[in-house]
Order: sequence, then C-alpha cells, then structure tokens
Amino acid sequence: MSTFSESAATALQLIVSLDSALLAIVGRSLAVSASACALACGAGLMLGAWLGVARFAGRDAILTLLNTLLAIPSVVVGLVVYLLLSRTGPLGYLGWLFNFQAMVLAQTLLVLPVATALTRQVIEDAENNHGEQLRSLGAGSLMRSLLLAWDERYALLTMLMASFGRAISEVGAVMIVGGNIDGFTRVMTTAIALETSKGDLPLALALGLILLGVVLLLNALIAIVRRWRERAEGGAMSLPAISGATL
Amino acid sequence: MSNVYELQSADVRFGRLQALTGVSLRIQAGESVALVGANGSGKSTLLRVLHGLVPPSAGRLHCDPQATQAMLFQRPFMLRTSARNNVALGLWLRGMRWAQAKTQALAALARVELAHRAQQSARTLSGGQQQRLALARAWALNPDVLLLDEPTASLDPHAKREVEQLMAEFAAGQDGRAVTVIFASHNLGQVKRLATRVIYLEQGRVLADLPVNDFFDSAKLQLASPAAQLFVKGELV
Repeated sequence: MSTFSESAATALQLIVSLDSALLAIVGRSLAVSASACALACGAGLMLGAWLGVARFAGRDAILTLLNTLLAIPSVVVGLVVYLLLSRTGPLGYLGWLFNFQAMVLAQTLLVLPVATALTRQVIEDAENNHGEQLRSLGAGSLMRSLLLAWDERYALLTMLMASFGRAISEVGAVMIVGGNIDGFTRVMTTAIALETSKGDLPLALALGLILLGVVLLLNALIAIVRRWRERAEGGAMSLPAISGATL
Repeated sequence: MSNVYELQSADVRFGRLQALTGVSLRIQAGESVALVGANGSGKSTLLRVLHGLVPPSAGRLHCDPQATQAMLFQRPFMLRTSARNNVALGLWLRGMRWAQAKTQALAALARVELAHRAQQSARTLSGGQQQRLALARAWALNPDVLLLDEPTASLDPHAKREVEQLMAEFAAGQDGRAVTVIFASHNLGQVKRLATRVIYLEQGRVLADLPVNDFFDSAKLQLASPAAQLFVKGELV
C-alpha cells in the first residue's frame, strides 16, 4: 500500500511539474488515437449508416462478422498489420512499420468495427422508427441513411467517444507495430507496460492516471452534450457513458 | 371524375399475419374517404398500400401517375432541426432548390399559423403543433391526394379541433383544385364531419363501403353490413 501511495505522490509530482518525457508520450498517444479515431469514425459512419438502412442478401452474414470483429483482440490486429507492413508483406514498400503511421493504421482497423457497429445500431433503430415517414417524403435508401445519421448526430457522438476510448486504451496493436521505441513510437499504454516491468511504478502510475483522466474527460463531455441537447430540444435523450479504459 | 386509386383483390401478409384480404376499391379525385374499424382491422395497412409504402402480396394497385401524394402519420417524425427546415426538407426531397424550399416553407407554416415558430426546434413543439407542422409539410408539397393515419388520435380536444379544421380546409382544395383526402379514424364524430364516404374494415376485409349519410343511417348500414352496424352502435353508445 505504501508503495502505491508513494508511487501516486511521485506520479502527481510528474504531472504537476509537466515532465517533458511524460508530455511527449501523452501527446503522441493523443495524436495516434485521434488520427485513428478520425479515420475509423469517418469510414464507420458511412458504412454503419448504409448498413442500418440497406437491405440485401448477405446482410445478416456481414452483421455477424461485424459483431465478431468487435471482440477481436488488439494483438491480433497488431499481428495482421505487422504482417501487412513487414518488409516482405504486401504493404512493406510503404516503410511504415515501427512508425507513427503503422500505429494509426492498427488502431484504425481496431476501432473501425466499433464505429461501424455502433452507427449501424443507432441508424437501424432510427430507420425502424422513422424510415417509413422519410420514405413517404421521397427519401431513398442513401438519403435516409444520411438524414438519419445527421438526425442522430448527438447519439453518434457517443460512438465517436467510445471509439476514441477503445483506441487510446489499447496496448497490444501499438506495441507490435510501433515497437515502443523511446521518443518515437512510445505511447501511454506501451509505456505503462514497460515501466511496470522495469519497476518504475511512478511513471507508469502517472500515465495510468492521465489515461483515466482522458476517459473521465470524455465521459464528462458526453454528460455536458446530453444536458445541453435536452435543454435545447426539450426531450430526454439516452446517451450511454463510455466504459473505462481496457488495456 | 377520374380514379385516383384502383385496388383489385389486394392481399397483404406480414409473415403469418394476414393484414388485408381481397380488398378491392376505387377512389375518385376529390373524395374524402374515412377508413374505420377496430384496432388491427387493416386501416393503416390499407393507407400504406395506397401510398406505396407496403406492396400488396397479391392483387393489383393502380394509381393515377399524375397524382402527387402526401401522408400524415399519427406521430409525425420531425428531424432535429427548425420547423421551417422540416417543411423545406419535403420540398427539397422532391427536387426543389433549398433556398426556394425555405421560402415556400414559410408560406406553408403561415397557413397553419406556425410562422412565428419557424425557427423553433420542431421537437420542442407540442403534439398538436407538430401535427399542424406535418400538415404544413404536406401542404407545401401541393399534393393531389392526402392520406392521414389517425392524425388526431393522440391530441387533446383543442388541438384535435385545430387539426380537423385544417383537414377540412385541405379537403376543400388548394388553388381551386380538389384534393382527395383519405383518413383512418376511430372518431366517428370526426368521420361524420369530414368524410363524404366511409369504408368499414374488419380483420383485413372491407365489409362496408357507403356514402357518409348512408353509413350513419342505421337501416342502410344494417342492410350493407350488420358487423359495421354493431361497430357503429358500440362506438356511439
């Protein structure tokens, strides 16, 4: 317990003193996860909105695959991306392995099923409730998916935040494709794993606290958005809070 | 007068549920037709078939290709935007430019006395105001046929009167042109006030199809359909 309290005190000191090594790692983590999240959410929004409205043969199989991909371990994604980007892999010519881009690509692939599945669920519910009325107004499938995505934009904000939570809290994929190179590809989660194994608990704990802080900030943001929309639009909305970081 | 709709022996099935069975009817331009019947009798399904939202599983539907349609639902869906944008959306989806659609939307809102709420979020309007907004959206489309699925079912008496008044104005026609109105209702008083013809449905079948005066004449209704007569008695007592 004393080790924990001492580590916590040192961690707080590192945070308060704005330790440069710590800030570099945090900045890199945020940059990688924000980039991956932007790419995955952009693609996931389109794909999920389309899947929410479109009806075609094989759709159920795609949804089953999508739901399976939700549970894919980050190390498996890391391994696949590693094989793709390795010197002998099909994308080896890009030279991205052990670079920022490799980590973004891995996290994008990890987050894409989350963004797609959450969007699909939101849009499909909206389509079931209101799609008929939009059809009555003359909206085809594509237009309905766009209109419903726009109409459900505050619910989809949760998707964005859940995706970011998933990206910033994973360790397996960035460890494999980034290599945890000091000052280059080291991010919060890989640093926590390394410092813990080295016994440098204060830095690991400081990073852990910041990671929790980021998730806390996101949850607070969801709550603020919900209250703001309830006040502006006069109706209760259910925006679930995102779960905590999972390493 | 020309037929707006001609439905021949239409069946509709939803899985195991037979929603409509052998429905045949003709509706002429300018008619105001009420669909009555108990819950689950097929009124809403028939409206959806006529509007093209539900294809018949068997039988044939012929619509006048020139006739434009609009439909109002019991709980109208409003996008999370202003009342004006919600009206403009309907026009934009039919190919009008957005700027022009917004101008016309304002005129339609004025017609249902909601111009002062144009910039207000549509979802913050009351139930009655939202139904009037939905009527404005339909009005803006300048339809030849207006279909309404229990438009006043969830409204208070005051809002009900306002919407009924607007329905009557709609039925009276736009720009000297007759509008065909087809509405489902449980409110026989409303049917009496607004309809020129009443179709009674039971378990997906049309059991009576009469001019409104004949429908409320117990002897004539008894002759046409004893089941419809029982329904009317049950509703009126």
